Amino acid sequence: MSPVAGSVFGIHAAYWNTALLKTLAVLIVAPTGALIIVYVFMFKMMAHMQSRLGPMDVGPHGTLQPVAEAVKWLQKEDVFPARADSRVFALAPLVVLVSTFLIYVVIPVSPRAVAADLDTGVLFALAVSSLSVIGVLMAGWASANKYSLMGALRAAGQLIAYELPLVLAVVGVVMQAGSLNLNTIVLAQAHFKLFGVGGIGFFAIPQFVGLLLFLVAAQAELTQTPFDMPIAESELVAGYLTEYTGFRFLLFFIGEFATAFALAALAATLFLGGWYFPGYGLHWGGLAWGRQLVGPAVLVAKVLIVAFFIFWIRFSFPRFREDQLQAFAWKFLIPLALVNITLTGVLKVAVHA
Amino acid sequence: MSVTEHQKSVYIAGQAADARISFDIEAEGMTLNLGPQHPATHGTLRIVVRLDGEQVIWADPIPGYMHRGYEKLCEVRDYAQVTTLINRIDWLGSFANEVPFILAAEELMGIEAPPRAQYIRTVLFEMARLANVSLFLGDMGVQLGAITPVFYAFRDREFVLNLIESATGGRFHPNFDRIGGLKDDLPKGWIEESKGALERIRSFCDQMEDLLVGNIIFQERTRGIGIIPRDVALDYGMSGANARASGIDWDLRRDEASPLAWKHADWKVFTHPDGDSFARYWVRLQEVRESTRIIEQLLGGLPAGPIRAKVPARIRVPKGEAWVHTENPLGEMGYYVVSDGSPGGPFRCKIRTPSFSNISVVPWLLRGVYVPDVITILASLYFILGDIDR
Repeated sequence: MSPVAGSVFGIHAAYWNTALLKTLAVLIVAPTGALIIVYVFMFKMMAHMQSRLGPMDVGPHGTLQPVAEAVKWLQKEDVFPARADSRVFALAPLVVLVSTFLIYVVIPVSPRAVAADLDTGVLFALAVSSLSVIGVLMAGWASANKYSLMGALRAAGQLIAYELPLVLAVVGVVMQAGSLNLNTIVLAQAHFKLFGVGGIGFFAIPQFVGLLLFLVAAQAELTQTPFDMPIAESELVAGYLTEYTGFRFLLFFIGEFATAFALAALAATLFLGGWYFPGYGLHWGGLAWGRQLVGPAVLVAKVLIVAFFIFWIRFSFPRFREDQLQAFAWKFLIPLALVNITLTGVLKVAVHA
Repeated sequence: MSVTEHQKSVYIAGQAADARISFDIEAEGMTLNLGPQHPATHGTLRIVVRLDGEQVIWADPIPGYMHRGYEKLCEVRDYAQVTTLINRIDWLGSFANEVPFILAAEELMGIEAPPRAQYIRTVLFEMARLANVSLFLGDMGVQLGAITPVFYAFRDREFVLNLIESATGGRFHPNFDRIGGLKDDLPKGWIEESKGALERIRSFCDQMEDLLVGNIIFQERTRGIGIIPRDVALDYGMSGANARASGIDWDLRRDEASPLAWKHADWKVFTHPDGDSFARYWVRLQEVRESTRIIEQLLGGLPAGPIRAKVPARIRVPKGEAWVHTENPLGEMGYYVVSDGSPGGPFRCKIRTPSFSNISVVPWLLRGVYVPDVITILASLYFILGDIDR
């Protein structure tokens, strides 16, 4: 049997076309998300909260400042510390970035636009988001710097501790939707009726506790301020980032904020209905494909709302100490998540019975 | 009895054994070098800490990276020039550095500045305190990870600095105090303008109370951290808000007979029984508020009259010694000035700075705490490098 005409490695060329397109889409969307987050929140919102203007000169209202920053980092020398394990040191930012990109793969931006419509989408997203721990540990160990090492170990402990509430917070949603597929969860929210009223019933209302838990745990996963012990500029200089400069620091930087965007998108999808806009049917303006066009905009709007809360906390709070942070996860968040799951199960059975 | 060969060899073996043991002990854990280039040390303080995991086994502060030899430099300058130097000791509250030195010189010469000058001196002294301590109130947040408060501190301190600048011509280094009085009178409209700035500082204090003092994470991070008991604080010669936070009711503005005008205002000394980082923050917060009250009252009752006493054109300080100390923003600052009667500067000028004594408690205090708390404690002790090393 001869291979089909126009095939590569025995697989039809059309597959490669779509795969290439999807890969490109993810590779473009993730840094764009990071750019949006950096400009809107890190530069402008932080500045206005602190009675400053933030960048104003590059582009209209400073919009091109993130690009200028990226170019600045690209120009910098790629420094390896003398005693660094250079291969691991070079690889670490890539590992972090891969973990970030993989989250984007399963997030649906409209009924059909999703890079990989996995049946276990939620599980996949949460699993790959914790891959970044490996990159962080590699960075901390390979830097041959005590501050980096301490930062990396703190990060590892923290990310493992907060992975649990992150997953448990989602379980309630999964039980309500009856699926792990993110698109199915969005559709379940579109059809969800709260006290008989349809169209507004996002899971944020019945799963309010879940949403709060998810946001707190996401904050910790992102090592943002109440939980930024691993970075902790004022004590560990910059934690595992201390020895990184230029291009490699940029990779970490993109990884951090692209993950913020991705986790906000995940929260928006799970709790706020994702690409679904309430009040309209699943057809937009009578067009079956109208939804495909509006979906991404709706999702980005919801992401910005979620990210606003994440960054609001980031700019306002002092940070927890390492032991307080662990105690908070194990003694408060996880029990609360378990109670939430129990209540969701009981209510689901009671309402349906 | 002479030492035999045997005794010698036993002694050497013992020394060697001791050395081995101490080497073994030291081989545990990890030595971490905090500073001299470190974001939490406000400059160039170096602290070597030995860590077991995240716990500090011992800590050793190594000051001196910014030593500028001011005591020696004072000897080769005349009295008018010395104020330029000592402005740079505690660079956030510069005017407060000049006052005790000038008072010591006045004491030696037997001159007393007129009341108006004393009032304005006190007002500017307290302005220096506002500029200095308000920055601490914000900076403590940064050290604990909250980045916003320090921007509020910089924003509102600006109003105080503008006032200092419009009165003295220098934002950070006024160099305004003279033997027998002040360089100039206050500019027109200054008193009116100061009301707005004091209001800003008070609202800043309220903001800090909301943002930090009331924040549960801030309380968790500071309450019970770095407790200095009363007797330890006394033993280490701590002063200022650090001592008052340990329950020592001692404020030189109230307890020392001084020609300055604090006695004409109605104000209160705050103490806190806990002695922890939170207490130190709280005491300073209240002190800033009290400072605004002092300034308001003194400006309200500002006496008219000259701002400088009759001083000979060529200053010649007679032979003698004087010790004057005041309650500076960071604590007790004193100058021990010795004059040999020659026309130049002081024969000897010993400068007692509060930060040097305040950080000497660090090795005692840091034993057994966690690394994040090292930063909390250093921040709450509030030192300024120029004030440690001078």
